[in-house]
Amino acid sequence: MEHRSAGAGPGGSAAEPFVRIEVITKRFGATVAVNRIDLDIQRSELFCLLGGSGSGKSTLLRMLAGFEQPSEGRILIDGQDMTGVPAYERPVNMMFQSYALFPHMSVSDNVAYGLRRGGVARAEIRKRVADMLDIVKMGDYAQRKPHQLSGGQRQRVALARALVKQPKLLLLDEPLGALDKKLREETQFELMKIQSQLGTTFIVVTHDQDEAMTLASRMGVMQDGRLVQVGGPRDLYEFPVNRFVARFIGAVNLFEAVLIEDEPGHARLRCAETGGVFHVSHGVSGTLGQTMHLALRPEKINLIRDKPDGEENVAPGVIDEIAYLGNLSVYQVRLDTGRLIHVTLPNLDRHEGEAFEAGNRVFCSWGPASAVVLPA
Amino acid sequence: MLRTGRFVTFMALAGLMYLYIPIFIMMVLSFNGSRLVSVWGGFSFKWYGELFSNDQLLNAAWLSIRVAGFSATLAVILGTLAGYVLTRFGPFRGRVLMAGMVAAPLVMPEVITGLSLLLLFVAMEDFIGWPQGRSITTIVISHATFCMAYVAIVVQSRLAQMDGVLEEAAQDLGARPWRAFIDVTLPMLAPALISGWLLAFTLSFDDLVISSFVSGPGSSTLPMVIFSKVRLGVSPDVNALATILIGFVGTCVFIYSWRAGRRMRMCEDA
Repeated sequence: MEHRSAGAGPGGSAAEPFVRIEVITKRFGATVAVNRIDLDIQRSELFCLLGGSGSGKSTLLRMLAGFEQPSEGRILIDGQDMTGVPAYERPVNMMFQSYALFPHMSVSDNVAYGLRRGGVARAEIRKRVADMLDIVKMGDYAQRKPHQLSGGQRQRVALARALVKQPKLLLLDEPLGALDKKLREETQFELMKIQSQLGTTFIVVTHDQDEAMTLASRMGVMQDGRLVQVGGPRDLYEFPVNRFVARFIGAVNLFEAVLIEDEPGHARLRCAETGGVFHVSHGVSGTLGQTMHLALRPEKINLIRDKPDGEENVAPGVIDEIAYLGNLSVYQVRLDTGRLIHVTLPNLDRHEGEAFEAGNRVFCSWGPASAVVLPA
Repeated sequence: MLRTGRFVTFMALAGLMYLYIPIFIMMVLSFNGSRLVSVWGGFSFKWYGELFSNDQLLNAAWLSIRVAGFSATLAVILGTLAGYVLTRFGPFRGRVLMAGMVAAPLVMPEVITGLSLLLLFVAMEDFIGWPQGRSITTIVISHATFCMAYVAIVVQSRLAQMDGVLEEAAQDLGARPWRAFIDVTLPMLAPALISGWLLAFTLSFDDLVISSFVSGPGSSTLPMVIFSKVRLGVSPDVNALATILIGFVGTCVFIYSWRAGRRMRMCEDA
C-alpha cells in the first residue's frame, strides 16, 4: 500500500509545532477520560486519532474544539494558549459526527452561518459560500433543506460549512462513519484532495483503522485515555509497540516466545505455540530466557506443500478453513501444536489445479524480516 | 389483532357522548328563544343580540383575553428559560430541587396558590408600595406563575428530544451561547413554544379560583362574572358567549393540528 509521505513528520522540521497538546488530562468525576496526552501536530498535517469507543479520542477532540476544558495541561494552537478561550473564539472548526446541520436552514444558509457570525460583508459571504459549495460539488443544491439531501450530500455540506471560515485547524469526528462502504471510499480520497488543496490542518477522529490508514499522514492510537503510539501508517502497521496496537491495526497472529539468542543483527526465540524457533532480523533488548511477544501478520506467511530447508521460521499444520475474498484468500491453519493461525495469500492465478483445499497438509513459512518482537 | 366488534364501537360512542353532549346541549340552548333554560321556545339569535349589548359580560371577556394573553406570554418566556436551564446546563448544584420547584405549581391546590399570592401582594404593597391594590396586574402575575410550570414541562420535553449538538455546532461557527440559542434552539423550539403559549392561554382564561383571590374591584375576569351570574340563575346569554368561545377555540385547535400534521409529514419525508 502506498502512503503519502508526512509533509512535516515528527522531527522533520525544527519549526514550532502548529498544534501543541501539553500533557493534558481530563477527568469526569472519578473517571479519567484523557490521561496525560502529549502530542505535537505540524501545519498542514492530516492527523488521525484512532481508538475504540471510550478510548478518550472524542474527549480530546472536544477539548481542542473548546467544548471541554482540560483538567490539567494546556493546548496551544499556532502558538496561542487556548486555555479559557471559548469554542466560539477559537480558530478551529469542527465537522460533527452526525453532521449537525441546522434543519431549518437551507444548504447555503448553513454554510453561510459561520461567516455571518464573523461579520463578513454580504457580497463576500455570497461569493465564498458559492466557491465552497463548488469545491464540495454541492453548488446545485444550495437552496435545498438538509432533510432533502442524501447522507453523502449532507456530509459534503457539513464539510463545506466547517471549511468556509478558513479555520487554522479542522476537527473531524468520524467524518465517514454514516456513509456506506462504497461512498466512504470515494469520499476518503476527496477529503484528502480538499485537504491538500486548502492546506488546512486536519485532525480526524475515527475508530475505523482502514479510514485512518488511508487518510492519515500520521496517526495516533489511543487506549484507555492514553496515547499508546504515534507514527506513520507504515510504522504502526509494521512496528506496533504493543499487542493492543498490533491487534487494533490490521489482522495479526500473536505468539509468546522465549529469547534464546540476542545479537545486534538478529535474535532467536523459541516458541511453544508454533513448536519451532523464530529467527528475526533485528536485535532485541532483553535478557536471555525472557518471555516476549511476537507479532506476525497473516500476509507475511507463505504456505508450501513440501517441507522447506531449515528448521527456523516454519511451522507445520493442516488447513482448517478457507475464506475466499476474491483478491485474496484467508486460510485458517491448525498447527501441529494445536494453535490456529491466519494466513492470507493473494489469488494470483485463476486456474484451480494448484489451489489449497481444507484438510491439506502444509508448512507455514516466513522470512526473518516478517515477524516483529513487540517491545511491550 | 383485537377485533373491533360492536361493543367497542358502542363504548367509544358512549364515551364521546359523555364528553360532548353537555356542551352540545348548551350550544343548542344558546339558540333557544325562551327565557327559561328548560323550555324550548323556538330557534332564535335573540341571546346573541342580548350578549352584544351586555357590557358587563363583554368587558369581562375582553379583560380575560388580555390577562390570558399577557400571562401566557410571560409564562412562555419564564418557562422557556427554566426548561432550558434544566435540560442544558448539566447536573448543576440544586438541579433536582429546582426541577421539583418548577413543577410544584402543577400539583399545588389552587386555593393555596391563590391565598398565598394574595398574602404576598398585600405584604408587598405594605413594604414597597407595589402593586397598588388588586388589579389586572396581580392577576397576570398570578396566572403566569402557575402557567410557567406547564410551559417549562412542554419546553423541557421538547429540548430533551432535540440534539444539543446543534447548539455546539453554532458555537463552533462563532456564535456566542445566547446567539446560538436565538438562531438555532429557538426556531426548533417554536412548535413547543406555540403549544405552550396556547396551553397557558387556556389555563389562564378559565381560571376562577386564583383570580377570585387576587382580583380587585373592576377587574373581574369572565369566569368570575359567569360564576356570579349563574348563582343568580342561568341566563341564556352566557350560553351564547360560551358557544362563540367554543367555536373560536375549536377553529384554532383545528388549524393548529392541521398545520402540525402537515409539518410532521414533512419531517417524515426527511
